[in-house]
Amino acid sequence: MGLTSRPQPDVITVDPSSQDGWVTTRLDFLVNWSRANSLWPMPFGTACCAIEFMATAASRFDLARFGMERMSFSPRQADVLICAGRVPFKLAPVIRRIWQQMSQPKWAISMGACASTGGMFDTYAVVQGIDTIIPVDVYVPGCPPRPEGLIYGIMMLQQKVMRERMKDESLRVEMEPDPRSNLYIPPSVIDELSEPFGNSVNQTRSSV
Amino acid sequence: MNPSVVRLRERFGAAIVRAEVGWGETNVVVSGSVLLDVVRYLHDDPAERYDYLSDVTAVEYRDAGLPLEVVWHLRSLPYRRFLRLKVLIEPGAPLRVASVWSVYKGADWLEREAFDMFGIVFEGHPDLRRILLWEQYKEGFPLRKDFPLRGRFSRSEQLVQALAANPEARYSMEELSIADAFEDLPVDMRGRLVRGEKTGE
Repeated sequence: MGLTSRPQPDVITVDPSSQDGWVTTRLDFLVNWSRANSLWPMPFGTACCAIEFMATAASRFDLARFGMERMSFSPRQADVLICAGRVPFKLAPVIRRIWQQMSQPKWAISMGACASTGGMFDTYAVVQGIDTIIPVDVYVPGCPPRPEGLIYGIMMLQQKVMRERMKDESLRVEMEPDPRSNLYIPPSVIDELSEPFGNSVNQTRSSV
Repeated sequence: MNPSVVRLRERFGAAIVRAEVGWGETNVVVSGSVLLDVVRYLHDDPAERYDYLSDVTAVEYRDAGLPLEVVWHLRSLPYRRFLRLKVLIEPGAPLRVASVWSVYKGADWLEREAFDMFGIVFEGHPDLRRILLWEQYKEGFPLRKDFPLRGRFSRSEQLVQALAANPEARYSMEELSIADAFEDLPVDMRGRLVRGEKTGE
């Protein structure tokens, strides 16, 4: 039995005519596919919708199937703001700041009748739909929606993400309010509200 | 009827306007001028010992001719008694009553809530400001009968005002959890907090 040299484990030989290990695709598809299947939610639960949201995240409905099991309680690391419940006017600047603190790309789901329209709370205290404060991608109807409803809304958002084009720059334009208007909140104030935050000083900066 | 009523009548005479029993609970209507004395007596006297103030609120009736009622719920834990005190404020009269904060420290937030919702001024309260609504709220007092359900301003105006409100603008250093980490804050922010600058108003 003759001795032969063993193949070197750190050398990979590829036959140029073989197609193993190669795939061609559109970059848009690849990026969108990875984004759509790892949407980290920022839960903004204020009412009974949040209970349904918790059920959605729990084992029976299992949001982990959509790559969403990691609730991001820091807006800096979140992709989807899920507003579950009514938003009183006193919380309006809060949800707006959370939205401003989220980094691009970001999406928003308005879960339930109250978040979408104010619902039955047509009163002095409640915002009549969070789309008056932040842009919303998907509205989930219901009072509250069942977990299946929220999952359907999430799947619709995934479809929307899959259709995005990197070339389309308008997708990532932040509609910043006019600095002269009352709506404008300077970045220093946003910083101030978010500090101290987490275990790092640097992650609190609102700088781009 | 709660036996405290007899002793209250002996002590305060005509200042006890009337006393009645409804649903097994005793309601005592007292004159606003003696309210603080009545509450202090009920709290301090060893035969009464109403040591727990469970609520301060108000009632306004739809009939504009009826007086507005300010209501105190007192409970005596040692004697297991409950007493409801009321002060009537006639229509048109200023909404001012004495604060019972000097007797019950727990009245602080209860009176602030009654002020926030009804506009009742509690004289002697150390820090009477809105508690549920934000402090820049300009539309009035929501639980008053003349307050429209949807508020006085348009929806867009309400939204502009709400977004312009800085939720933390009026908080003192002590109230902010940030106070613990004061030394770690950036220099400019430390300066603003020390100077007490208000932002967002």
